[in-house]
Formats: sequence, structure tokens, C-alpha cells
Amino acid sequence: MSRGQTETIVSRKEGHSATLASRKYKKKSAFLESWNRLRTNPGAMFGLIVIILMVLLMVYSFMFITEEDVMAINSANRFKPPSAAHPFGTDSMGRDLFMRTVYGTRYSLAVGFFSVAFGLVVGVFFGTLAGYFGGWVEEIIMRVSDVMASIPGMLLGMVIVAVLGPSFLNLLIAIGVSNISGFIRMSRASILSVKGSEFVEAARAIGMSEFRIAFSQVLPNSVSPLIVTATARIATSVLAAAGLSFIGFGVPVPLPEWGALISDGRNYLGRAPHLTLFPGIFIMLTTFACSLLGDGLRDALDPKLKQ
Amino acid sequence: MGNTILEVKNLKKYFKSPRGMVHAVDGVQFSIERGQTLGVVGESGCGKSTLGRCVLRLIEPTEGEVFFEGRDICKLKKREIKELRKEMQIIFQDPFSSLNPRKTVLEIISEPIVFNKLMPGASRAQIENRVLELMDTVGIAERLINAYPHELDGGRRQRIGIARALAMNPKFIVCDEPVSALDVSIQAQILNLLKKLQKEMGLTYMFITHDLSVVHYFSNDIIVMYLGQVVEKAPSDVLFKNPLHPYTRALLSSILVPKVGGNQDTIQLRGEVTSPIDPPDECRFAKRCDYRCETCEGSNPPLVEVEENHFVACHCVKPGENLLKKSGAVSAS
Repeated sequence: MSRGQTETIVSRKEGHSATLASRKYKKKSAFLESWNRLRTNPGAMFGLIVIILMVLLMVYSFMFITEEDVMAINSANRFKPPSAAHPFGTDSMGRDLFMRTVYGTRYSLAVGFFSVAFGLVVGVFFGTLAGYFGGWVEEIIMRVSDVMASIPGMLLGMVIVAVLGPSFLNLLIAIGVSNISGFIRMSRASILSVKGSEFVEAARAIGMSEFRIAFSQVLPNSVSPLIVTATARIATSVLAAAGLSFIGFGVPVPLPEWGALISDGRNYLGRAPHLTLFPGIFIMLTTFACSLLGDGLRDALDPKLKQ
Repeated sequence: MGNTILEVKNLKKYFKSPRGMVHAVDGVQFSIERGQTLGVVGESGCGKSTLGRCVLRLIEPTEGEVFFEGRDICKLKKREIKELRKEMQIIFQDPFSSLNPRKTVLEIISEPIVFNKLMPGASRAQIENRVLELMDTVGIAERLINAYPHELDGGRRQRIGIARALAMNPKFIVCDEPVSALDVSIQAQILNLLKKLQKEMGLTYMFITHDLSVVHYFSNDIIVMYLGQVVEKAPSDVLFKNPLHPYTRALLSSILVPKVGGNQDTIQLRGEVTSPIDPPDECRFAKRCDYRCETCEGSNPPLVEVEENHFVACHCVKPGENLLKKSGAVSAS
């Protein structure tokens, strides 16, 4: 206590230059408050842990599993049920399903992350313009977005992949594009609810340009619903990627994307159910975890629930 | 005349609505002398906030001229307006929505300084010192520099709003109902603060309010607005001693007096407010006025100087004669 006081006196003498007042007094971090609320939500924590485990698996696969490992054909070892040597069994060409599934984590997580990031950046940009400026800008953006939303995501993905050709990058683009319109609507709606506030007018009164107000004052106040949407969207994107791969529009065949693994295993459902079961569990766990985390974030970020 | 800081001539602001044009501000004229305070009074929806924003050109006026230090600000280009913002600022009504909830006190107050490069070449510490100085001026403790608005009460938030306006070193501040969202005890503190700042910094205020007791304490001149128009304009003391327009009288009689039996002769206004959408050419107050006659429905009365510096827009009040007392007696019988 007394040390704090001497510090103040010293800094006063030097005209505040020694200790910045802003360093002396702690900020109450909004992030920490939300985190403390999230921590008490068991579902969200379960989701978070599963997602972290998935990421660790992906890191593991990058370090220890090569492409040859998952591609090596061993005809003597076909359709082996799960065992100590092959925890998930082997597939129709004798490849180890555990390695293939773990190797496939990278595709699903990449699709989940990058396609949502793409949709988020593009969608929020246009959504903010539409919501803040209104008028014909809004009219054009929203009608285009409506057209995009009216085409089922799966179909849109198929069309894009059919035009660009099946590859992993094209799959990312296809799902990313189908994510855009959701983010446009979401960000427009939350911008609309903030832009009438008086602090927007205050920013105008100090001479800020409209564009700058939209992105530096209004947008940061509407991020909470966007974070929630993004998390939930990761789940649907992972599912969409698996779906597209299942019908052959995703990752090219021999590569072990989860959807492709299920597609491969469905011919042997009676003989070797583990071929569909394990990739299926992985897909389910990932999407489930994302949904749970999304729900938890919605509660944690909602200021009305502050106690 | 040379000391006039702001002069508004025939200012109009119409808003488009599905049913026609809303005449929010309709032909308002006034001027403010440097270092003085103009009170703008009127009920909700009479266009007083719109007027305040038009004067700052936060919204574009439909018609009319606003001279600030001799320059017509309605004709300025974007860049010139940015310069003008340093001279004219605004304090808002609702301290709960006028501060960005994601920014700390330091960020809120320093934003105008940093954004407008008011202290070129200044280090972070120098800017922070300026913020501390401003916080001291408006009476916020130094320890709150990193607080977020939601951690503060209404009075402190309003002080931050004032500090933000002062950060630009303005000459003229529009106070848009700065105390109406606050507790009565805090109202007095904020009003005293505004008065002190005016004295120390030579500020000119346009003080918008619906609370007459506040405006009496605060203003040199008062204009009373009704449906977008000025119905009476007079020095504060004159208006309170000798209100001429029937609407002003009703407003004044609504002030609560802390005295047993003190509020018995309150004038009650009946009837509905005329719609501001394409109003007909008649006295806009006629529908609620106890003294209305045929002339009132025939045309909209102009603002006439009845005594020195005392302007009234009423058919029944003319220089040298006041028909209200007579016709009031008639309507009472």
C-alpha cells in the first residue's frame, strides 16, 4: 500500500512520465469474464476438450503418420476386426483404419476452420456494409445473399466442385461459399441492433468517416453472435465436407477423408461394420463438440446473463 | 452582433415517411452570443433534438442556414466539416448508450485526440496526461482510467461524455438533455459542472431539455418549441415572469412547487398533438389551446416581437395588446 503511494508521488513529480496511470490500474478483461462463465458449463467444456483432442490428434498425425503409411496396401490383412495391432481394424485393402482415420482429422478440421473463416470474413464484410449503410447497398447485398441461401448448401457445393474439379482446395471453396450468406444475415442483424446507439453519433461528432465508424465502432460491438454462429457453422461444414466426400465430390478417393472412409466402408456394412463405425464416430464427436461449444459460448457471451 | 457565435436562419428538417413529410424542424431562427447559454424547451417529439443535430450538421438540414462564427456550415465540404467538429461538440442524453461499451475510459476520452491528431507528435504518456487532466476537470478519479462504461454509474458516465466533448477543445457544445436520464441529486452535480466549465473555458451552450426548472437555472435566453416551430423566445427571467404564449404558460404551470397547495392552478392541456406530417396552415397549437378563435385556424402565426427581445408566435398576442386575458375570461365563463 505504502509503496503504491510513493510510486504515485514519484510519478507526479516526473509529470506522470515514469508510471503510466493506465498500467497502474488493472483492466477488467471481458475475455476473462466470459471464460469464467464458460468454464462452469459442463457441455461446453466437454466440447472444448474434444476439439482440443482432435487438434492434438491432427498434430500427432502430422508428426508420425506419412502418406505411405495410410496408402500401403496389404492384401493379406483385409477386413481385420479391431485388435491390439490395429485398434480400428483394417479395410478392404488391408490398410490400418486407425491411421487412416487419424490422418483424416486434418481434412475435417481444415474444412471446418478455413471454410468458416472464409465465410466469416466475406460475409461479415458485406453484412456490415448492408446493415450499416442500408439503402441500395443493403438491397443489392441482401438479394444476392438470398439467392445464395436459396440454393441448398450441398447442391451449391456440388456445382462448385463440378465446375472447378474435385480437389481439397475446391472443397474448401465450395463449403466456404455456402457459408457466406449465413454470416451476411447474422452480421447485418447484429449491426442493425447497434448502429442506432448514441456512441455512433458521438463518433460522427468527432469527425470519423462512416466507413470507419461501421468497422471500428459498430462491428466490435456485434461480435458475440458472430462467434456463436461461427462455432455452430464449423459443425455443419465438417458434416457437409464429409457428405460431399461420401458422394465423391470431395477429397479424391484414396485419401482418407472421413466421408470418403464411410463411403468406402458402406459396401461391407455386414461384413466389416467397423469400417463405417469409427469414421462415423469421429464425425459425430467433432460436430457434436462444436455444437456444444457454440451453445456454451452463446450463454457465456450474452451480457444479459451476467451475474 | 460581432459577438454572435451561432446564428440559425429559417432552418428546416423534413423526414420522409410513408404517409408524407414529417416536419420535424420547421423554420427555426435564433442566435447565440459567445459565452451564453440558449435553452431549448419543448415536449417530446417537438424537434428539439433534431434541431440540435442539424446545428452540428450531424444530420443534413433540408433547408436554411446555420452560421457558426460567420461561416455557413451547411455549405461546407466534408473536410471542412471535420475541422469544424473541433469547434462544436455534443453531450448526449443517455449516458448508457453514448459510450462505446467495448472501450475503456482512456480509449473513449483519447479517441478524439488521437483521431483528429490534436496533439501532433505527442507520446502515449503525454496523451494519457491530457486524458488525466480532462478526467480531473470533469471530476472522475484517476483510478477509473481503465474501467469500462458498464462498471460506472450514470453520473460518472455522463462526466466521461463531457470529458470526451471537451477533449476537442470546443467553443460551442450542444447539450442534448444531458441530465434527464440522471437522478435528481446527480443532475445538480452535472449542471454545476457544466456551469463551472462554461465559466472557466468560456463555452457557449445550446441546452436542450424538457425540464423547465433546469433551464431557468441554466440559460440566458430560452426558446420554447412546439411541433418543430419556435412559439416563444425571450430572456430567461422575462419568460418566467411574463410568459405570453398559451403553451408556455401551460408548461410553466406544470413546474412542481415544493409548497403545500402550491400546484393548484395547473393548466391542463387537453386534446392530441397535431400530427407533424404535412401539417395544415393553421396555428399548430390551436387544437389544444383554450383561447383558439377563427384566426387561429386560418393561418400559422409568425414570430413577432411583442416587447423588447420577447418574441411570440400567437394570433392573440400582439405588441401592446394581449387578448388572452379577455378571451381567457370568456372561455372560463
